[in-house]
Amino acid sequence: MKFDLKKLLSNQLLIPFAAIIILCLVNLGYDIVNGASFFSIEVTTNNSGNSVFSGPLITILDYGSELAILAIGMTLVTAASGGQDISVGATIAIAGSAMLRVLCGGNTRPDALAAPIIVGFLAACIVGILCGAFNGLLVAVFRIQPMIATLILFTAGRSIAAWINNNELPIVPDPKFAYFGGFIPGVPIPTTVFIAAGCIILAALALKFTNLGLYTQAVGINESSSRLNGINPTAIKFISFMILGLCVAVAALIKVSRLSTINYSVIAKDIEMDAILAVALGGNALSGGKFNMWASIMGAYIIQFLTTTLYRFKVDSAALPAYKAIVVIILVVFSSPVVRQKMQQRSSMREAAAAKREVA
Amino acid sequence: MGAEQKKASIFTKVSDTNILLTITITVFLLMYIGAILIQGGAFTKPQMFFNILNANAALIITSVGMSIVMICGGIDISVGGVVALVSMCCAVHLDQHGGSVFTSILIALGIGLAFGIVQGYLVAYLDIQPFIVSLAGMFFARGMTTIVNTAPFNVEHEKFKELMETRIIVPGMGSTTRKGVYVDATVEPGVIVAILLVIILFVVLRWTKTGRSFYAVGGNRQSALMLGINVKRTRFISHLICSTLAGIAGYVYFLHVGSGSASHAMGMEMNAIASSIIGGTLLSGGVGNIIGTLFGVLSLSTIQNIVSNAGLGQAWWTGITIASMLCIFLVIQSVVMTQKKRALK
Repeated sequence: MKFDLKKLLSNQLLIPFAAIIILCLVNLGYDIVNGASFFSIEVTTNNSGNSVFSGPLITILDYGSELAILAIGMTLVTAASGGQDISVGATIAIAGSAMLRVLCGGNTRPDALAAPIIVGFLAACIVGILCGAFNGLLVAVFRIQPMIATLILFTAGRSIAAWINNNELPIVPDPKFAYFGGFIPGVPIPTTVFIAAGCIILAALALKFTNLGLYTQAVGINESSSRLNGINPTAIKFISFMILGLCVAVAALIKVSRLSTINYSVIAKDIEMDAILAVALGGNALSGGKFNMWASIMGAYIIQFLTTTLYRFKVDSAALPAYKAIVVIILVVFSSPVVRQKMQQRSSMREAAAAKREVA
Repeated sequence: MGAEQKKASIFTKVSDTNILLTITITVFLLMYIGAILIQGGAFTKPQMFFNILNANAALIITSVGMSIVMICGGIDISVGGVVALVSMCCAVHLDQHGGSVFTSILIALGIGLAFGIVQGYLVAYLDIQPFIVSLAGMFFARGMTTIVNTAPFNVEHEKFKELMETRIIVPGMGSTTRKGVYVDATVEPGVIVAILLVIILFVVLRWTKTGRSFYAVGGNRQSALMLGINVKRTRFISHLICSTLAGIAGYVYFLHVGSGSASHAMGMEMNAIASSIIGGTLLSGGVGNIIGTLFGVLSLSTIQNIVSNAGLGQAWWTGITIASMLCIFLVIQSVVMTQKKRALK
């Protein structure tokens, strides 16, 4: 089989795969120098006495799941509206706050749950979808640029979240609630992995058996021609924002469950930036149109991979963004159309030169 | 029919920029007069207005830069990070390296220029989305701030303190206190810098070739190219101006607070974007006005003052009021622009 460099360079999955390989090599190098092992998975006993898997790879899968779930919704929003939702972190705070309000019934330190967990989760879903619908209304009906429309909830979100619980920080008394962000007794794999897998499977089924993907891409590529073909662009954009709202609710469940409580100004901080980066790392155009859901999900895990790697290098958590930024710039420069074109030109020139030599 | 035609002529005669500018100034005046009438107290004194200026000089400068990038069709969310980085670097330079005020100003300008050149190159010549580039810029600036120095600290440099405590008296705007003592109204030097920059950039945008090409590129890149405008260079310059202004704003901010901290200017980029939008700049590019941006900042800070004066002390009210104001302005803009498009048809 002929090695086709041109085809490889134009493949969307090139960047995510290259990133994974580079990160693995970096970690391998670190292991060889320091005698640690990045890829080992051990069975340890956690605080509540369960024997669970642990290791850097498990950490990546565990903590990358919120991001992967958000990446699903963010990809759809990006593809349909050609813009990004920067309010996801703030809406996670709102949905989480609403969930705590329902679960604790307005008490700060309740003795028992005021409502079953499922009811709290449904409340979070409703609130998440409402926030998504608000953003969708502004974007689809009032035709405001998505980034600016979502700036509203970005500014107000954490304030609203604090207001819902009267600025109290209720603690959920039921240990079962912590299962969603931790481990179910007897199961050694983090529950978040199952939740993320469930969401990804649902998304895959939706893309396979409905026209969602096709219509979203059509709207993103050319809104007026999709309208002429009988698609309702307003509805498609609106739906994509509502789906993101649902993803936000699931992410909020995981985030709140990790702590059994909430911190309005810190919960899911900067996650909107990570979610957008996941979409960009997957090689999806941020200006909308064609998308690849798998690449985005891979992008989400790569960002977590990067974070975990940086923590291994003893990088201070506040200084983390500086290193992330450098990596992002390098990746984005290599995936930029201008640079790619130049690389392709060079490879085709080399081929032409080789062909000439053969003729001679 | 006649009425419809009249409506159409109103909407088509006035330019987009002027419609949005008029709305902004009217809203600001109504709000300020309302505050004087209903809340009275501090609002009746001119010093209140100058205090708003003092506290927001840095925001005015960043918002002006933001407006220019937005008029050119881009966005720069790294400004808040640049402001924090500049104030931290200047603080460390003055306090720990024994630098002078002059060299610290050079550092501020240098950081701004460096950010402008890198981001401008990536956006204009490598054609990467400005949002992603400046997002990375923001991450980088915030991270670097902590790397330079983790703990916040106050600057004890003598010359700098002198400059910091300098106040410029505004003639004829003083007021008498309750005891009958006449107190002059004062502004900080940063306000003078901000006002000068607003005037200079207003002139640049209105009457120079570079300024007009910002509008042309933001309005329609393809036709700007056809008109013979160097689109890449114009976009590069817009980012360069924005980041340099962020550097200057960083120094003004530093002059106002007199300390370095990694949590300085948190969310300033969002306030700058919000001010630009309230001031009538469209994110899609091609429409905007520097004077409008100035009024955008003033409206934003006036409403913050009104809210805190009204006794809604809880921290969340500020966020909620700013957001609802932004929401109202966005919907007004959207409705006005759709009306106008309909009128043109």
